[in-house]
Amino acid sequence: MKVLNTEELNRKFQEKIDNDIKIEPNDWMPDAYRQTLIRQISQHAHSEIVGMLPEGNWITRAPNLRRKAVLLAKVQDEAGHGLYLYSATETLGADREDTIDDLHSGKAKYSSIFNYPTLSWADMGAIGWLVDGAAIMNQVPLCRCSYGPYARAMVRVCKEESFHQRQGFEIMMKLANGTPEQKDMAQDALNRFWWPALMMFGPSDDDSPNSQQSMKWKIKRFSNDDLRQQFVDATVAQAALIGLTIPDLDLKFDKKSGHYIFGEINWNEFYEVVKGNGPCNKERLDARRKAKENGLWVREAAMAFSAKRAIKKSA
Amino acid sequence: MTKNEALFNYTLRLGDDSLILGQRLAEWCGHGPILEEDIAITNISLDLIGQATNLLNYAALIENKDRNADNIAFLRLEKEYCNILLVEQLNGDFGDTMMRQFLFDAFRKPLFEMLQFSKDKQLAAIAEKSLKETKYHLKHSSEWIIRLGDGTEESHQRVQNSLTNLWRYTDELFFTDESDTLLGELEIIPDFSKIKEVWSANVTAVFEQATLQIPANNWQFEGGRKGRHSEHMGYLLAELQYMQRAYPNMEW
Repeated sequence: MKVLNTEELNRKFQEKIDNDIKIEPNDWMPDAYRQTLIRQISQHAHSEIVGMLPEGNWITRAPNLRRKAVLLAKVQDEAGHGLYLYSATETLGADREDTIDDLHSGKAKYSSIFNYPTLSWADMGAIGWLVDGAAIMNQVPLCRCSYGPYARAMVRVCKEESFHQRQGFEIMMKLANGTPEQKDMAQDALNRFWWPALMMFGPSDDDSPNSQQSMKWKIKRFSNDDLRQQFVDATVAQAALIGLTIPDLDLKFDKKSGHYIFGEINWNEFYEVVKGNGPCNKERLDARRKAKENGLWVREAAMAFSAKRAIKKSA
Repeated sequence: MTKNEALFNYTLRLGDDSLILGQRLAEWCGHGPILEEDIAITNISLDLIGQATNLLNYAALIENKDRNADNIAFLRLEKEYCNILLVEQLNGDFGDTMMRQFLFDAFRKPLFEMLQFSKDKQLAAIAEKSLKETKYHLKHSSEWIIRLGDGTEESHQRVQNSLTNLWRYTDELFFTDESDTLLGELEIIPDFSKIKEVWSANVTAVFEQATLQIPANNWQFEGGRKGRHSEHMGYLLAELQYMQRAYPNMEW
């Protein structure tokens, strides 16, 4: 059998990608491709898990039984997404506990938006509508990502996210059509979440170091700026439909391009929150670390029990 | 007491047990010992909130006073809630939560098994639907009790303490009064002594596998069914009712 050298392996790998053939766990892949995917998928998994906290914050205070049930189901979905995604990183040889430790040490990142506090019931609407809405824009192209297990996980994730987005919009719509207090609550949530939602697409293309290589590997299909534009175009119309105002004085429709032109994003704020200086970074990570520490005796018990049973079985 | 009054009382009691335990479990969201348990606990909480919705809607229908499940769930005074004390107890550690759950599930499963043959069609239907979920809940909580009891020395000690602390709330699972007597005579609800037989056999078997001891001190508390709750209840209701109290008469 002919042994291929790295250059040939690389060429064959890129050929597969160019022909839209999925890369599977046992296929040869360049180490940088593997590492990029582990980084991206585990960040995505961490975002799902950390994202349970700001929404979990309102389950016990949901205003009626239906909303409580829907929010519980939604947050449960997020946990499920986290689980698939950690499993997808495991197909690349990463260890779930190690990737979680990287989150806890601050080495691995997660979506910055979850470092903002959820201050009112309307924030459950704003998160579903804007945050899940932005996530969908990012994630729908990932269903065609070159790495098979990630692409397949994203198909299911996107179906559920699209449901979440609609439930969030429905919460906002109900508030926007409600009493003056409810409408205020909805507008306030939009004011607080609008800009962080735009930041979710990441830095502008010129400042996004990993983008170009990821496009070549078909991990990424559209640029950050294109996706952000798509999100703005879709969301401005939705806000208008329910009578809420996008908190951007520079926002205007550009007839020539058919797109909305929007104001300058405060990238300074973005980088500060990424660095750990957002309003809830510490609370979110502390909560995750504490869950792991408090659960240690439970995990040890489960391991000890299963070892005991294995001995009994073999005896 | 009329049949309708008794049926209202009974449905409300079952509904409140589901509501309050579902509310307690929701507090775990995002803080579980492993991701799989975050999924399991939110799922059980969701099932219980679903049961509460069905039961309280039915209670509202029986009562016929222009209330719905939400009004009943969110707008009563503390003394008007009639859940048992067990379900309002604090989550504590994971062992406390699983022990509370196990003692409750081991009661709910035989209850729903028998209640699905109730002469009241609606209660029978709710029981049949709830039974499917409760079987999973009991499987899940039993397995954890055995694992923790027969796991490490630390887990054994912790979950033994959970049992010691929670045992005194178990008699109230079988609380009966004139409502139950009347509904029992009409074959609308099962005989509580039969449920207790199944419950006792099940908990004894699980504790044996888990190497746990039922406490020698059998002093029992009660009060929840009569609206007399523990100190924890007010805080639970403050959260549960927050939106409805702060923004009265609004649609969400």
